[in-house]
Amino acid sequence: MPTQTAPLSATPTDGAESDEPVAHHFDTLQQQQEAVTLGMWVFLATEIMFFGGAFATYTVYRREHSAAFHAASRELDLVLGGVNTLVLLTSSLTMAFAVAAAGARKKGLTVLMLAATMVLGAAFLGIKGVEYHHKYEHHLLPAFGLPFEWHDHAQAGGAKLFFSLYLGMTGLHALHMVIGIALMGIFAVRVWRSVDVGHRRQGTEVLGLYWHFVDVVWIYLFPLLYLIDRS
Amino acid sequence: MSAATTNLPAPHDPAHPPIGLYLRIYVYLLVLLAVTVGAAYVHLGPLNIVVALVIASIKAWLVVMNFMHLRDSPRLNWIVAAGSFLWLVILIVGLLMDYVTRSPGV
Repeated sequence: MPTQTAPLSATPTDGAESDEPVAHHFDTLQQQQEAVTLGMWVFLATEIMFFGGAFATYTVYRREHSAAFHAASRELDLVLGGVNTLVLLTSSLTMAFAVAAAGARKKGLTVLMLAATMVLGAAFLGIKGVEYHHKYEHHLLPAFGLPFEWHDHAQAGGAKLFFSLYLGMTGLHALHMVIGIALMGIFAVRVWRSVDVGHRRQGTEVLGLYWHFVDVVWIYLFPLLYLIDRS
Repeated sequence: MSAATTNLPAPHDPAHPPIGLYLRIYVYLLVLLAVTVGAAYVHLGPLNIVVALVIASIKAWLVVMNFMHLRDSPRLNWIVAAGSFLWLVILIVGLLMDYVTRSPGV
């Protein structure tokens, strides 16, 4: 366990109680643990700034085209969106289990939970693809010069903005999931090959931070896009 | 473990993960998902968005505190997490201060 009573006198062998590897530029396992998680949190802060620009754009246009956004939001498939939210929340649970299994040094379980998370992530992307295809068929996908049609002519501009934001924000989110699934594939192989899965615990935990963050982004996207007004 | 305790916030013990807690948080998240979908069908006028954002923030809080272990993380990680959220609020509030106070057509 990475407890330290006298950090100043710490030597690299102090982490030996846990025998997780400590890189030579860290004094203790706890110092390494704090450094890797802080690094990921700082990266996630930049991600919040990155998504923040899109959320700010959404805020301004929703205010300016309120009626069109209300009507356009009802066109999104709430069942598919809700199921996808369920799938993603479940994938966060399996990711938390993967980190837990790595900590408990259960190699098979760690790989199994990472694989489950990847499958759930892929299912999310598949459902998203079905939704995009529906929007494409109904001429509600304003991208790549595709035709866009809206029944209410006066609101067509606002509706087009809504669907552009829908496509852009969910697309960015989906890209993050593709990256997450790819990283998880690499990690699953590394965990599988490792002699001691404990050596992959910190890496798995940092990957988990990223995956849960992607989940948090969706937690906000879902009500802002699908649930504007269903009454 | 050993008698060697620390005055830092107790790090979660990787060897004994709180599986029960994870399952409980997952159930809370599913309940809140159902509540937020249900709330969208109730006509609350401008309060709909407030309710939706409050529920989303509770869900985000549950994920960040438990799945992302922020509760057991060093205070430096808290500052980064809270700081990024604060800057997002500054971005959106700052933008809205302009748009809300602008006359139409200007």
